[in-house]
Amino acid sequence: MVNLEVKLKDLILKNPVMTASGTFGYGEEFEDFIDISQLGGILVKGTTRHHREGNPYPRMAETPSGMLNAVGLQNKGVEYFCDNIYPRINHYNTNILVNVSGSVIEDYVETAAMINELDKIPAIELNISCPNVKEGGMAFGTSCASAASVVREVRKVYKKHLMVKLSPNVTDITEIAKAVEEEGADSVSLINTLLGMAIDSETRKPLLSTVTGGLSGPCVKPVALRMVWQVFNAVNIPIVGLGGIMNAKDAIEFILAGASAIQIGTANFIDPQITVKVVEGIKEYMIRHQVENVTDLIGAIKTQ
Amino acid sequence: MKKLVQDFEVLHKEELNDGTFVIDVKASAPLPDIKPGQFVNVLVENAANTFLRRPLSIHFVDYEKNIIKLYIKKIGEGTTKLGELLLGDKLNIVFPLGNQYSIPKNSKTLLIGGGCGVAPLLYLAKHLKDAGNEVTTILGVRSAYDAVELDPYKQYGRIFVTTEDGSIGEKGYPTQHSVLNEKFDYTFTCGPEPMMKAVATYSKSKNIPCEVSLENTMACGFGACLCCVTDTKRGNICTCTEGPVFNINELKW
Repeated sequence: MVNLEVKLKDLILKNPVMTASGTFGYGEEFEDFIDISQLGGILVKGTTRHHREGNPYPRMAETPSGMLNAVGLQNKGVEYFCDNIYPRINHYNTNILVNVSGSVIEDYVETAAMINELDKIPAIELNISCPNVKEGGMAFGTSCASAASVVREVRKVYKKHLMVKLSPNVTDITEIAKAVEEEGADSVSLINTLLGMAIDSETRKPLLSTVTGGLSGPCVKPVALRMVWQVFNAVNIPIVGLGGIMNAKDAIEFILAGASAIQIGTANFIDPQITVKVVEGIKEYMIRHQVENVTDLIGAIKTQ
Repeated sequence: MKKLVQDFEVLHKEELNDGTFVIDVKASAPLPDIKPGQFVNVLVENAANTFLRRPLSIHFVDYEKNIIKLYIKKIGEGTTKLGELLLGDKLNIVFPLGNQYSIPKNSKTLLIGGGCGVAPLLYLAKHLKDAGNEVTTILGVRSAYDAVELDPYKQYGRIFVTTEDGSIGEKGYPTQHSVLNEKFDYTFTCGPEPMMKAVATYSKSKNIPCEVSLENTMACGFGACLCCVTDTKRGNICTCTEGPVFNINELKW
């Protein structure tokens, strides 16, 4: 028997496989394809204080081994989530985490405070790294001072597990990770999308309505893996690794680089059953390598 | 309706002309009920620059043979790769996706398709005829070379063609065809947006309901990514789950 359970401080996951926010809807979209209770956790769509329409179409451009998106946090706001969506999904036998985003600090604080009251939500993922909103979002996650200030204020009202999602669009991600750890973050998740763009050479027009967007998919995996490893060597809080994970082998690589858990994002669009396949693949790897506890693999990369 | 992900087997391939083909793919389990206007999202393998699935209209469903027919035009790498599939090859498909065209009863229906946008209309024509409707289809293409696969429509009603160069049928666009002088109760369309907008304008002028099938770029096809939104009177909504078929009154056209 292999033991897949991992702990992110007080947050217990039955296995290290979670879903990345914005790629898994509210879980309901995947009910036809998988048994959601088989996952370590799900991250529901980025939620903001108020309703957001998101950016105009076109919001997506395919790239070699990946895609750019500029959805722009389309959601109906935290009150709608609490009143309408939460009652529909709170029976899921897995950890449901809400990704919380905002334009100003007060929005983050108010949203986090409302989510704090929901019994079946044991954690939030603070999104200080969305590249697709005009104000806030990534701006908070690209300087130590602003990242620290938003985490500090949210920490005052949010009493459960506080995960902070980091942006890769920075010179040194370890500095940001250390800053949010200092302010009381319980874990960090990384990476959010890389800022990119795409142009149609025939029409000379950008392919996204916003010109720039967030790059995801296997093309970003080496960057994400490097950042997880750097952050693992810089902080003491658990790390949730994500960025281009397409299969169990990729997931194991993130765990070896230092991630205690992983999130699967863009791959959900290609194979809606990928998450449960990764859980099985991790088990198979552990049996093959005679690893009893998946926690024995965390940061177990052999650099010597 | 439960969505599935399944391996299909390529059973038959018919080249209609240089760029257009129809493939019959056989399901590994009995097909669920599939509605006209719904689509599939197919995985294209071994294509370096084709990362996402390709959403394709369901051209026809043959429950006896347990096959779905896909009408495909080679436009980019993904669809070109699909054209290289050999009989017996596997094709991984997420289906059935999206909503459906409305099926009125005992009415005079007009179907207008442009280019490969004609794909969902054959299956729609069958359902309309089965519900006692009179079916008239107009296919708009560039030239006679593109006026392919007309015969199957004949079993469900009348089929007319317009060509831009006048090489077959009436010269011009489908919205200029003389049969439009007749009175219809409903219009259904799929094709290039300018053509669909012209059909919408025609329908509004005649005060008859019009449904269009939109083709937006999408990633997942089942409402998770929020990439394929259409700007409607209700705001940005997913084309893949709330569409692809929309009544024009919902759109800001």
